[in-house]
Amino acid sequence: MANTISTIPFKGTAEQAALLDKVIAEQKGKAGCLIPVLQKAQEIYGYLPVEVEEKIAEGLDVSLEKIYEVVTFYAQFALNPKGKYNVSVCLGTACYVKGSGKVFDKLKEVLGIDEGGCTSDGIFSLETCRCVGACGLAPVMMINDDVYGRLVPNDVAGILEKYKN
Amino acid sequence: MKSLAEIAEIRNTMKDKVSPAEGSNTMRIVVGMATCGIAAGARPVLETLVSEIEAKGLSAAVSVKQTGCIGICQFEPVVEIYQGGKEKVTYVKMTPDKAKRVVEEHVVGGKPIAEFTLQEGEAVNEKPVSLTETRFYRNQKRVALRNCGVINPEDIDEYIATDGYAALAKVLNEMTPEEVISTVLASGLRGRGGAGFPTGKKWELARTLVQDGGQKYVCCNADEGDPGAFMDRSVLEGDPHAILEAMAIAGYAIGASQGYIYVRAEYPTAVYRLNIAIDQARKYGLLGKNIFGTNFDFDIELRLGAGAFVCGEETALMTSIEGKRGEPRPRPPFPAVKGLFGRPTILNNVETYANIPQIILKGADWFASMGTEKSKGTKVFALGGKINHTGLVEIPMGTPLREIIEEIGGGIPGGKKFKAAQTGGPSGGCIPASLTDTPIDYDNLIAIGSMMGSGGLIVMDEDNCMVDIAKFFLQFTVDESCGKCTPCRVGTKRLYEILEKITSGKGELSDIDKLEELCMYIKQNALCGLGQTAPNPVLSTLRYFKDEYIAHIVDKKCPAGVCKDLLTYKIIADKCKGCTKCKRNCPVGAISGEVKQPHVIDPDKCIKCGVCMSNCSFGAIVKE
Repeated sequence: MANTISTIPFKGTAEQAALLDKVIAEQKGKAGCLIPVLQKAQEIYGYLPVEVEEKIAEGLDVSLEKIYEVVTFYAQFALNPKGKYNVSVCLGTACYVKGSGKVFDKLKEVLGIDEGGCTSDGIFSLETCRCVGACGLAPVMMINDDVYGRLVPNDVAGILEKYKN
Repeated sequence: MKSLAEIAEIRNTMKDKVSPAEGSNTMRIVVGMATCGIAAGARPVLETLVSEIEAKGLSAAVSVKQTGCIGICQFEPVVEIYQGGKEKVTYVKMTPDKAKRVVEEHVVGGKPIAEFTLQEGEAVNEKPVSLTETRFYRNQKRVALRNCGVINPEDIDEYIATDGYAALAKVLNEMTPEEVISTVLASGLRGRGGAGFPTGKKWELARTLVQDGGQKYVCCNADEGDPGAFMDRSVLEGDPHAILEAMAIAGYAIGASQGYIYVRAEYPTAVYRLNIAIDQARKYGLLGKNIFGTNFDFDIELRLGAGAFVCGEETALMTSIEGKRGEPRPRPPFPAVKGLFGRPTILNNVETYANIPQIILKGADWFASMGTEKSKGTKVFALGGKINHTGLVEIPMGTPLREIIEEIGGGIPGGKKFKAAQTGGPSGGCIPASLTDTPIDYDNLIAIGSMMGSGGLIVMDEDNCMVDIAKFFLQFTVDESCGKCTPCRVGTKRLYEILEKITSGKGELSDIDKLEELCMYIKQNALCGLGQTAPNPVLSTLRYFKDEYIAHIVDKKCPAGVCKDLLTYKIIADKCKGCTKCKRNCPVGAISGEVKQPHVIDPDKCIKCGVCMSNCSFGAIVKE
């Protein structure tokens, strides 16, 4: 897990800050609201840099340590920005026995990045996941919310091409 | 807010729309729009059907609806046409062009198109078959999935039409909480999420152990993390109201007014449909204050998982709802005494809940008449891996594995040999070919070293290496161990390292003893279910496939040809025509040879990528 503190400078906008303020105001005081707030914050910013975590800590009146503790526990939360399109290859059992490992190798080759990496133009990032529940279409990958199934390694380049423009 | 009479009215008017009665001139077309359907291209098919029907001015008599998972993932996108008094027609692998022809020839012309339907065997029958008549479907019994692929999950009226919320009405108006609990107890329903604890017992404990009048909670575990399992997703996407109704019934039974559904963020369609369902139920007054005019209040909140497998464990799930790191805590105290926010809580999984309304309406005896002595009812399995018909199947408990694989699943593709079936995900084990006649129920699966788990059933053939599969699951557990207890955090890592050593050809015979010893230690000492069951994939493969371990260790060979370090690619000189194709395609220049002369592979340079083998037109390259 690439849970190191991001070295990329934080570029939050006033609109984003206003959205986050609204989320905090809605959720504050509800039992167990921290994770829903973090999920919304990640939707707004795409990742959870320390600046955003500090803002949430202040808004919800919890310590920054507590927030960092939760953020680093769950795979969904990212401390580093992801690409515009996040490619996620399923390495769940059904996909694995049908060769998703080879699809993943091909993606690494085509994109020139490793698991957890992001292309230098910021367009694609690559990660693996464990089962998106579309096992009937194995092997499967997701690009943002789109699911691609019944893949063979040679499909990869063509699918990525669609996102480049 | 709707009254009982108003709900009954909706049921009456909607009934004919959902399943057209004999003699009615309406036609209903449904398109499977669960995640797999959408991914396979169901949306343009649906859009084409809608626009074609409209263009032909048929909208009054022909309704086109989306529905959940029809179950035959292999053949998505699937479209089914219902007409009063006729067997439904199932069209498979649909495209917008095919959809146009269906409207033209079947809807308008009245002649179903046989070639687009699902055919058993290779030949196209004269008669178009509906899914119900196929080998895949014939032996299934749909209880939990009864509405999946039938109703539009985004329309509460369609759920009501199929007796939806009738069980909740019955419970609130005619039954005491104790009667509800004794009905669930008598049905013999056991938890469908894995261990199989009797559901009625769980409810009874939560009702009786603490009676201080304070808040209690009803939780639904929809954190379906087992890779290869998608039953719960399908129920949530295909029949979300059934879960809401069952949770309200559970709330009434134990005396809770608040429910939480903890669902994976990886299931966006399920989350979307659950949100719609909750909104609709609130509007109808089926969630909220004074449901059906009684003094029973119940509401439900959604919580999204954040990608931690351990949160499927009950105590970890509750800790996560509380907004903390999802680490499990020791039991006792059990959740029935001290669960969510320190209050008595029940947690059942999606499929368990999906059975509840049916048990209330049809009675405990009806449910208990299905299944085996100790495992009642049906079980949904997500059939995947090396099998012809991947899909979602629901069968009575006690059905032999062979029937699932050979009949329903249609056997192994490519004429390969069945090797093992894996159930129970990373907590389960592999069932070898010699045990395929075992009737599947909770106790039999435990006895043969696997477990029911949530219901993923992954079929493997002779090309899968069992040591590699054990390593695959251990890698999963190592990644997903929360790190709280040492047996799991360190123990699974050491298990993984030993397996890595064996698959890379550096294993020694003493490693097998070490594996067994470490497995037993982890099983006995880990804190939660994840750790206690993590060694199961190793233990079960050792039990049934020890010869493969020995082949890796002693002969330094991988019989299935999977473990790269133990493979060598060779060119059979007699078969090689010297076409140079392999030489040109080798990414590392490991192949040498003159045109029209047999080529050779330099094993020191070869990276075992397999490109040469897949490119050879003469079958001259082998791996051993």
